[in-house]
Amino acid sequence: MGNISYYTGKEPHPREKRVVFRNVDRQGWYPSISTYLAEGGYEQLKKALTEKPRTVIDKVKRAGLRGRGGAGFPAGVKWGFIPPNNEKPVYLICNADESEPGTFKDRYIIHQDPHQLLEGMIIACFAVGANLAYIYIREEFPEGVKILENAIAEARRKGFLGGNIQKSGFDLEIYVHRGAGAYICGEETGLIESLEGKRPYPRIKPPFFPAAMGLYLCPTIVNNVETLCHVKHILEVGGEEWAKTGTPNNTGTRILCVSGDVKKPGYFEVEVGKVTMGELIHDMCGGLKDGRKLQAIIPGGSSAKVLRGDEKFTIGKGDAARKIELWDIPMDFDTLAACGTMAGSGGVIVIDDSRSLTWVLNNLNSFYAHESCGQCTPCREGSLWMKKITDRLVNGSGSPEDLDTLYRVAKNIDGRTICAFGEACSWPTESFIEKFKDELAEGCKTENSGVLVNPESIAAAANLR
Amino acid sequence: MNIPKEIVREIDQQISHYPVSKRSAVLPVLHSLQHHFGYLSDDAVEWTAERLDLEPIQVLEVVTFYPGFRQSAPGKYHIRVCRTLSCAMAGSAELMESLCEKTGIDRSGVTHQEPIALSEDGKFSIEFAECLASCGTGPVCMVNDDFYESVSDVDELLSNYE
Repeated sequence: MGNISYYTGKEPHPREKRVVFRNVDRQGWYPSISTYLAEGGYEQLKKALTEKPRTVIDKVKRAGLRGRGGAGFPAGVKWGFIPPNNEKPVYLICNADESEPGTFKDRYIIHQDPHQLLEGMIIACFAVGANLAYIYIREEFPEGVKILENAIAEARRKGFLGGNIQKSGFDLEIYVHRGAGAYICGEETGLIESLEGKRPYPRIKPPFFPAAMGLYLCPTIVNNVETLCHVKHILEVGGEEWAKTGTPNNTGTRILCVSGDVKKPGYFEVEVGKVTMGELIHDMCGGLKDGRKLQAIIPGGSSAKVLRGDEKFTIGKGDAARKIELWDIPMDFDTLAACGTMAGSGGVIVIDDSRSLTWVLNNLNSFYAHESCGQCTPCREGSLWMKKITDRLVNGSGSPEDLDTLYRVAKNIDGRTICAFGEACSWPTESFIEKFKDELAEGCKTENSGVLVNPESIAAAANLR
Repeated sequence: MNIPKEIVREIDQQISHYPVSKRSAVLPVLHSLQHHFGYLSDDAVEWTAERLDLEPIQVLEVVTFYPGFRQSAPGKYHIRVCRTLSCAMAGSAELMESLCEKTGIDRSGVTHQEPIALSEDGKFSIEFAECLASCGTGPVCMVNDDFYESVSDVDELLSNYE
């Protein structure tokens, strides 16, 4: 990393490859445009503006950049979904609503390197033909809003935003739009509804995805902060060269955020698939706390299915199939999917044997019950049911049939809702029951069977008689 | 409704960011009003609707949906403690308890509909927030717009708000 020095105690781990996080925690680095320009800032934008938008999209496609927000969908392919004969305005939205529990990366990009994000965004807007773009940032990042608005003003003064950018004939305005504390606004169509000034009820899709019909029913591209930052770096080295980092189909670097029961929680930018779970937790995070054993890991934000500490996984197909242990899982999109979970947003939550897994699941269920938008009945009702049941399990008033009920409720949400929140809220419950049934059953007692505990059910039962 | 000129100017500036649809400015306008008044009154809702050529219900439904909007006055210093998993593992329940003890706040009346509890003198209010996106440095909290990570010394934190 050349002559760059980082603040003491914040130095990147030797296994890291800092690209997007190059300037995070860096000594002498400020989020100002002069610092950014001094190191070749906005040069990739200038270069892009001399090319055809089609060429820029092709580079991103060849890079194989997969979305870093959660779904891992290839960004270039998403951009290509804008109808070729489109005559409507095109919009681009940067999703800076970072709210998946376990994820804490976008905050640092926004706070410490806002121009990197802006440059990536402006290039992306040029590529897809957007002249108006928004950064949808969560309300709980008030400092980030100020920094971004300042950065936008700086970029405009230097002629990187506004009319006729760098005399290319390309016009673009970017505005910052603050959310108001709702997790569902991270879902791209919920986000669009919110940006239209409404309740963020996600839209039904297919047939129309935002790239065909998004903001104001016009083609709209929604990309995560980290994804848009990568666009700048792809332009710098070219798609093929960029794709040499990481592993095939899991290209580039990505930021993994580790929290929970490890000695040194934190963020690490690594080549996708080049670091295993064991290397991440033991080498980079200093391992588990002394005397503790691993119980479980949630590998990709709280919505990802939980993995047991002692679980074995079969990856690869046919002759290439092999069994691996949790510590051997390479941290990439495809392997984590093959292990029955997902890389999601890169938020890894480590849970050791000092924790009650019932308590952990109950905490997550409370989150999802609070954040369900309420549009679809299975999710609105089911998420609250799941919370109520795990509330009972936590305080030991569960009955033996509760686990079956809990599992059935989860299974009845999954796949039956307009948006992926249905899966997000039911996967933790499904996977905890599938993998930790004995632990959860500790909260179930025979003497509680048929005992009505809450006032509503007592009243309802009285009416039945 | 008496809204200072500079707030109205700020709001008009915000509205100009949405050349396609004024309705898009609902959230920013509400943020400006809540920042100034501390909460969103019925008058604020009606004023917003009029300013954006909407029906009041179209604004009210937004206010009642988003956890970030309030319909009653919080304390002078409003505290949000992250409740979600990583912070909970790092001790957010204990943090909440000690903040309440030091500020004299009783949270026993808190419900889903009324998540905010207020100290008797109105100086502090507190609520649990869902994941504040700083899971590696839990427990975290916000006091108004200030952000605190790895909070261990509650006295020191509160001493900033005398």
